[in-house]
Amino acid sequence: MNGAQDMGGSHGFGPVVEEIDEPQFHADWEGRVLALNLSAGGGRWSIDTGRFAREDTPPADYLSRSYYEMWLYGLEKLVVEYDMVTVDELAAAGNGASFDEVTDRRLRPEVVERVMRSGGSARVDVEVDALFGVGDRVRAKVGAPRTHTRCPQYVRGRIGTIEIDHGVFVFPDTNAHELGEKPQHVYAVRFEAEELWGHDSEGGAVYVDLWDDYLETA
Amino acid sequence: MSRDHHHDHDHGEYSELSDVELRVRALESLLTEKGYVDPATLDALVQYHEEKIGPRNGAAVVARAWSDNDYKQWLLSDATAAIASVGFEGRQGEDMLVLENTDDVHNMVVCTLCSCYPWPVLGLPPVWYKSAPYRSRAVSEPRSVLAEFGTQLGQDVEVRVWDSTAELRYMVLPKRPAGTEGWSEEQLAEIVSRNSMIGTEVVAGPAS
Repeated sequence: MNGAQDMGGSHGFGPVVEEIDEPQFHADWEGRVLALNLSAGGGRWSIDTGRFAREDTPPADYLSRSYYEMWLYGLEKLVVEYDMVTVDELAAAGNGASFDEVTDRRLRPEVVERVMRSGGSARVDVEVDALFGVGDRVRAKVGAPRTHTRCPQYVRGRIGTIEIDHGVFVFPDTNAHELGEKPQHVYAVRFEAEELWGHDSEGGAVYVDLWDDYLETA
Repeated sequence: MSRDHHHDHDHGEYSELSDVELRVRALESLLTEKGYVDPATLDALVQYHEEKIGPRNGAAVVARAWSDNDYKQWLLSDATAAIASVGFEGRQGEDMLVLENTDDVHNMVVCTLCSCYPWPVLGLPPVWYKSAPYRSRAVSEPRSVLAEFGTQLGQDVEVRVWDSTAELRYMVLPKRPAGTEGWSEEQLAEIVSRNSMIGTEVVAGPAS
C-alpha cells in the first residue's frame, strides 16, 4: 500500500538525530510490547501480516506514533482480527475479566533463547525458476496495490540491474493476506542514484531487494 | 477499535501511568488471562534482547574478519554461516549478507519501509534508524545524511545504500583503520562502533 510507511525519498522530516547513550528500551512498556509481539501470535500470523497491520494506518497517526506505539496498536488489531480477543474485551481489559480458554501454543520461558537463536527464515526450500539473471536490466513494475507490498514507490517504473540472486523466498504481497507463500526469487537490484533522483542525486547507487513478481525486462 | 483516550479510567494504582502504558498492561493481562502468553516468557524475551544481542556481537565478527583473511572471505561469501560460527544467529539474522567497505566503495544500510535490522549482530535498532528522517533520506541524500554523522567521503568513493526491503539482513564490514597493526581481536573489537556496521560512520583509528 502507498501508505506513510513507504517514506524513501520523502522530504520534510528534518535531520537525523542520534541519541547519545541510548538505552535498549526507553520505558519498561516498550520491552513488554516487543515481547508481546514476539510471543502472542504463536504462529497464527506471519511477519508480513504483522507489518501490514502496522502500516495500514492513517498516515497522520503512523507518523505521530513512536515505534513501539505502532507495534502496540498493530498487535491490538491482530489479536482482534485473529479472534483471540474481541474489541469489547480489549476495552474492558484490566477490569478483572477472566477466561477459561487455555491454549498450549504459548511460548514457554525456558525455550525463549533457543527459539530466538533459531529464528525462522523466509527462505523456501523449493525449486523455482529464476525469471532473471545477474546482469539483467529490469524495470520495477508500475502499480499501486492497496494491499501489502515490499516494492517501494521510489523504484517503481525505474530501471536497474540484477546484482545478486538471493534465492527463493516467501512472497510478502500474498503471504501478508493469507493468499499463499508464492515462493519466488529475490534479487538485489542496483539502481543508479541518477535513475532515481535525476539532477537532485548525490551520486552512487541504491540496492533494493525485489521479488520476481515486482520486475519486468527493461 | 479506537481507544485513544482513557479519561474515564479508574485513577487507582495506575494513576501515574500514561495512556500507552495502560494499554500495554491491559493487553498483557488480557492475553495472559486468555492463555495466549506467559508473563515469565515476556520477562525472558526482554532479558534476551537486553543481554544477549547487541553491537558487541557484530564488533567481534568485524574484529575477526580484520584479523583473519580466510574468515573474512567466508564472511563475505556466506555471512550467515560465518557469523553463526562465532555464536550469533537467529531471529532477524536468518539470512545475512556482509558488505565490505573499501577505499572505493562505502556501503550503508537502511530500511525505508519499516525497521529491518540484523538483530543477532547489532541488537535492536536505535531510534534514529527507525525514524522518518533516516528512512526517508538515506536513499535519496546519503551523503547529506553521512555528513550529519560527521562522515565525509571523497567524491571518488561510491556510496551504495542498501534498502532492506526483503528478509536479507545486512551488516557493513567497515574499513580497518591505520595504526591498528598488530592489535588483538579484543583490542580491535573495542573500536568498532555500531554505526560503522550500519555504515553511517567509519571506524576512527587510534589518536596519533
